[in-house]
Parts: sequence; C-alpha cells; structure tokens
Amino acid sequence: MIHVKDLHKNFGKLHVLKGINAEVKKGEVVVIIGPSGSGKSTFLRCINLLEYPTSGEIYIEGELINRKTDENKIRQKIGMVFQHFNLFNNLNVINNITLAPMKVKGLSKDIAEDIASELLKKVGLEDKAYAYPAQLSGGQRQRAAICRALAMQPDIMLFDEPTSALDPEMVKEVLMTMEGLAEEGMTMVVVTHEMGFAREVGDRIIFMDEGQILEESTPDLFFSHPENNRAKEFLSKVLY
Amino acid sequence: MNLDFSRISSYSPLFVKGTVTTLELTLFSVVLGIMIGLIVALLKMSSFKPVSIIGHVYVELIRGTPLLVQLYIVYYGLPQLIGQDIPSFPAAVAALSVNSGAYVAEIIRAGIQAVDYGQMEAARSLGMSYGLAMRFVIIPQAIKNILPALGNEFVALLKESAAVSVISMSDLMRQADIIRAATYTAFEPLIVVALIYFTMTYIFSSFQRVLERRLKASDSR
Repeated sequence: MIHVKDLHKNFGKLHVLKGINAEVKKGEVVVIIGPSGSGKSTFLRCINLLEYPTSGEIYIEGELINRKTDENKIRQKIGMVFQHFNLFNNLNVINNITLAPMKVKGLSKDIAEDIASELLKKVGLEDKAYAYPAQLSGGQRQRAAICRALAMQPDIMLFDEPTSALDPEMVKEVLMTMEGLAEEGMTMVVVTHEMGFAREVGDRIIFMDEGQILEESTPDLFFSHPENNRAKEFLSKVLY
Repeated sequence: MNLDFSRISSYSPLFVKGTVTTLELTLFSVVLGIMIGLIVALLKMSSFKPVSIIGHVYVELIRGTPLLVQLYIVYYGLPQLIGQDIPSFPAAVAALSVNSGAYVAEIIRAGIQAVDYGQMEAARSLGMSYGLAMRFVIIPQAIKNILPALGNEFVALLKESAAVSVISMSDLMRQADIIRAATYTAFEPLIVVALIYFTMTYIFSSFQRVLERRLKASDSR
C-alpha cells in the first residue's frame, strides 16, 4: 500500500531523513517510535506530500508520487491526524467534517452530513455536532479531527503524535478510537510515544533515530528483546 | 482674553460643507484603499518572487515617503507628465487611497498570516486546494483579525485627509483656513474644526468598539 525507497529529506543544511526504506501493507498498523527530532514526523509528512522528499521514491498503491503528482488527489486517499488537532476554528464540528467531502468530492450536503453523523456516533460525539472547537475538550477535538479525516473515506490514515497535546485523562478515549479503527482494518501509520498502544495495537514497530530506521520488528519482539543498542537505551528510558 | 465665537457664527455653513467633503473624501479613499490593499497583499504573499517583490516595493515606497509629497506628486507632478490638469478631488482621492492601500496591504497580510498555519495544513491534508482552503478556512478567520485594524485605518485616514487642504480641496481643514483669512480670527475656527474631527473619530471609534466586542463574543477560539 505504501512503499518507500531510500527517502531523503533536507531542510537547508539539516539532513532530517537519511535513506528511509519501508513498506506498509493493506490493513497493517505500523507504529513509528523514537526520540524527538529523529525524523518520525517528517517521514509521515512526506507520505502525504506535506513535505516534498529531497530524493527517493514513495509509492502509494503502486503509484509513484513526486512533484508532478496531483497532491490534492493523493491526499484524498490519505487521512491525517495532527498533534494539535487543527480543527477549523471558524466552523462547528459537523461543518468541519463535511467541508472537504462537499467541496473536494462534490458530495451533497445531505449525504456529507449523513456520513458525518455516523462517524460522530461511532466516536461518541453525536451530541457535539453543532459545538465549535473552542467548546470541546482536547480529547473531543481530536476525536472530531479523526472523524474529519475519515469522512473523506481514505485508504490510509496517518497519525502524527495524536495524543501528545492532550491532558493525561483524555489520552485513552483517543487511543480507543484509534484502536477501533485498526480493528476495522484501516491501514494506519502512527507516530506516538504511547508505548502501551504500540504494543497492543501495532502490527509492526519501526524505531527511528537521527533520520534512519534502526530497528523494525513485531511489538512483542521489540519490547521484550530489542536488538539495536539505541533502541535498548530508548526503551530503558521510556518504560518505567 | 480675546475669544469670541460669535465672530465666526455666520460661517457655520462652511463647516458643514467642509465636514461633508472630508467624509466623502475619506469614504472614497478607504474603499479604493482597501481594494488596492487587497491586491497588494496578494502580490506580496505570492510564492512567485518577482510578483511578491512588486508588492513589497509598493508598500515600502509608499510607507517610506510623506503623504504630503505624494499629494504634490499627484496634483502638481502628474499634470506635467500627462499634459492635463487633475481636479483636486480625484487627485486627493488618488493620493489618499494609494497611501492607505500600502497600510491596508500590511493589515490584510498580517491578518492572514496570524491564522495558525496548522489550519492551512489540515485543509490541504484533506485534499483541498490552496484556493479552497483560503476561501473556506483561512479568510473567514483572518477577517476577525483584519476588521478592527481596518477601523483604525479609517480613523487615521480621516485625520490625515486634512493634508489635502494644501491642494485647494475645500475639505474641513481648508474651511478653517478660509474663515481664518476672512475674519482675522484663528483660534475659534481651528478649535471648532478640531472638535468636529474629534467628534467624527470618537463616534466611529465607539462604533468600532461595539463591533469588536461582538466579534469577540462569537469568537470560537
């Protein structure tokens, strides 16, 4: 579904990604972990072209994506959830969700709202449809943001530290929403510091540091017998 | 103390006329200035360098030269180039709106750029084009930042428009001059004119404060 070959990304002199090779299969949940500044988010943002790779190749469903690609087409297939939610502040929840399906896909208001209500019901926010983002808690905002991405009916969902900006008590509701999505067979790439989620929900763990993938294995293996020294060090500092 | 307002009381129609002219002038200039400002702001924000440089140069040139000089260039300078006199009203509107346009451009640009960049990214990540994202997400939020500042610009322009009296526009300031010359009294007409300017700006500022409070009340952030 996603195939990445020798991906490099430079920001000026800063070499953020140094040759990433990775593959994500349909229905797979891949969790990317690693210290801050290791390039996890940049990697994720390259997949939906929020950043353009400096070199290397990315294939989405077999199609090579680069500067010639219609970025708006590719992004319709790939939903993204941000650390800071980024709900549209000027719109209420239901309009946040229906805006892109209506304006990009050309769905009618009725159909778009049906899709939105169903998604909201699934994440337990049906009573917040007409609330504005400012009136919601962080957890509610993030669940609404997940609905917004899902309303475009993407094939792939990217999560960029979706719980890092939440109050501790809000983390679980968001993770449970994500787990539900994984159980439905959604292809997911998740950058997170939630080790419990990585272990329970992830099909595969990718450990990154300094722009490279240092270890890649199943959650069981990675958390019980990490091979890479940097990964061992990271886990010893993270797990209590 | 030599102070007697009855000496100028017979000139009150002139104050009324001047007030109307000043208001007309300001309104025309603000509307044109907003149009110019919008265009210049878009030029400045263009990702195409040569275009953004044009916007940049416009703003810097206009803000870096006195309004009075700009007025003189339009009223005295341009006729020499085009071989035709420009009446004072269009000349005044042209100079004021070109001047105001530079300030409005900065207000609009700042208002748009003050919207969190995450809003644009989220919109783009859903497959929306830059134009769609601007129209439905960024501009509606930017307007809340822009409107109050535009009100300030209106007040500033209303006051600065007094400069046009030097190109024989019969605005409010000019009427004070006329009355001063006709009656040999200076303090009374000037103080009356100052009061009229103040009343206009005060009314407008109060109106603007109400509007701002309304905007804040519906602010969903």
